[in-house]
Amino acid sequence: MAQIELSAIRKSFDGTDVLKGIDFRVEDGEFISLVGPSGCGKSTLLRIIAGLEPQNSGQVQIDGRPVDSIRPSARNLAMVFQSYALYPHLSTFDNIAVPLRMRRLSTIERLPLLGALLPSRRAKERHIRADVAGIAEQLDITPLLRRKPGQLSGGQRQRVAVGRAMVREPLAFLFDEPLSNLDAKLRVHMRAELAELHRRLKATFIYVTHDQAEAMTMSSRIAVMMGGELIQAGTPAEIYNDPGDIRVAEFIGSPKINVLPGRIRKDGGVDVLGTALKLSCSAAAGDCRVGVRPERIDLGAGPFSGSVVHLENLGAEAFVHLATEGAGLRLIARLADVRHVPAMASSVAFGFAPDAVRIFDPAGKRIEIRLEQAERIREPAHV
Amino acid sequence: MSNAHPIPFRAILRHVLLIAGAALMLAPFIWMISTASKPQTEIFSSELHLIPHQFALAENLREAFAKANLLRFLLNGVIVTVSIFVLQVMVALPAAYALAKLRFLGRETLFALVLFGILIPPQATAIPVFLLLHKAGLLDSYAALVLPFTISVFGIFLMRQFFKTVPDDLVDAARMDGISEFGIVWRVMLPAAIPAVTAFGIFSVVAHWNDYFWPLIVLNSEHLRTPPLAVAHFRNSEAGTSYGPLMAAAMVIIAPLVIAFLFAQRRFIEGITLTGIK
Repeated sequence: MAQIELSAIRKSFDGTDVLKGIDFRVEDGEFISLVGPSGCGKSTLLRIIAGLEPQNSGQVQIDGRPVDSIRPSARNLAMVFQSYALYPHLSTFDNIAVPLRMRRLSTIERLPLLGALLPSRRAKERHIRADVAGIAEQLDITPLLRRKPGQLSGGQRQRVAVGRAMVREPLAFLFDEPLSNLDAKLRVHMRAELAELHRRLKATFIYVTHDQAEAMTMSSRIAVMMGGELIQAGTPAEIYNDPGDIRVAEFIGSPKINVLPGRIRKDGGVDVLGTALKLSCSAAAGDCRVGVRPERIDLGAGPFSGSVVHLENLGAEAFVHLATEGAGLRLIARLADVRHVPAMASSVAFGFAPDAVRIFDPAGKRIEIRLEQAERIREPAHV
Repeated sequence: MSNAHPIPFRAILRHVLLIAGAALMLAPFIWMISTASKPQTEIFSSELHLIPHQFALAENLREAFAKANLLRFLLNGVIVTVSIFVLQVMVALPAAYALAKLRFLGRETLFALVLFGILIPPQATAIPVFLLLHKAGLLDSYAALVLPFTISVFGIFLMRQFFKTVPDDLVDAARMDGISEFGIVWRVMLPAAIPAVTAFGIFSVVAHWNDYFWPLIVLNSEHLRTPPLAVAHFRNSEAGTSYGPLMAAAMVIIAPLVIAFLFAQRRFIEGITLTGIK
């Protein structure tokens, strides 16, 4: 278990800045998700933490100790790769045993034939076998120990990869999109399993994913990265409800947040589609963007109207795609009650509560708003 | 039926061409077996016939083994080809790993030099290498047969191309597990590259087993001769060339390769397709 601190990490490949100064601190025992679109530098950051990639500048500290000049294996971190990266020629047992053999056996003891004759190796092998068996038991892969990776399904390989990471009892676990090669159903299942594993091990997890659902469901904190910068970090609820940047708002949440063009008046009021919202802000007058989550759009009543252009009924919920009359904007509304789905092409009135509104300036930064209602909720922006 | 007609015709044409090609390739071998089976009188008779009137294969083989120490020559062939192959692998794998997976300054230049090295025929460097071995006092020894071939640029190229296809994640996982860079070459890359190593092994062993040029110029002692030189020995004997035993000896020395091919036929074809050389 460890606390990991990154300060001013920069990295460039062939003159292209991939990481533009990342400062971040992962607390002991946290499950941190690094999330962002592909190419945002999240995997590079993970590889820098692991020591597989040197940073151009900046420092990585594990438990207060700089590790920049230390080999990956000596940092005592374990990594689970997207492709699982199991040794194809070794059985499940040997795959899990590799880190232990590398650490506990001396070079002579590791020699293929000679080493097996040494009594000291036999004693160590006994311990290794016991440790691997324990891990296999925990992950429910005991029957697979003799098989080669080629004979395992995706989910089983995943578990073996996790086992190989667990067996060395690392300071922290690094995951590089470990679920993206699995089918949708298995992914949901493994999500629960990984979260459960984190609770049981109480270890530090750093989890890289482009799938916001994985980040939202498993992590204790999410760090959103875009274009080589860490834009916002916070609990899943904070990130979802209080995005500090429109890119964060758009990236987190499925379906995507609805963004409407708005205008800030001189008096601080905000107009959207010609209707004044019951809120005000202190930003300078001008254009702005107004974000409303699909589940906060109330169908049936409100100052706006649109026609239904597409329906997605998922059984438990439904998504209604609306095109606003006049402006021709597309919005998505989530309907919790599928018994009242509007008909296709019908016209629907809709609105949203003022506290559902998040306003962003043209540069994408969040603008604080004041509600013009009895309960004045301040929505501080976390940048 | 109408549209089925041209296909058999083309198929027949194709097979006729293939059979003609195969016959051309096989003819020398068939002639070798035929000659090896004939007594001396029939070999020099004016009529051409493949099947001997009187089978003399056993006599010819006996004479071949009596005239020359064929088993010793076969053993020399095994010692030389196996040493060359083992040393080539020991050099080519780390080099290929560095060229495929490590990032360092000048890597592309080095690789270009490797490609350039493939273009140089061994005959071009034969004299400098010969002089080098002479200065080192290594002529007329196993070392003279083995050392010049330990660095195979073709091997480096072939393994580098194969290592490129091994996922980087696997290398990174090995680094996380604490395997050293050399350890990665032998414990991770070599097992993953067995098909490529096999393919390379086939090329290397066939080339050096059949090599006539180099052993001819560096060897003097009879006990070091490799199989192709052994066959030549029959031709050079003073009593005139005895073709029957010569062909019998030729059969004996290609037998190990043919047997190995029959055992590893599938691997061989996999290897050829892998290298893209047809």
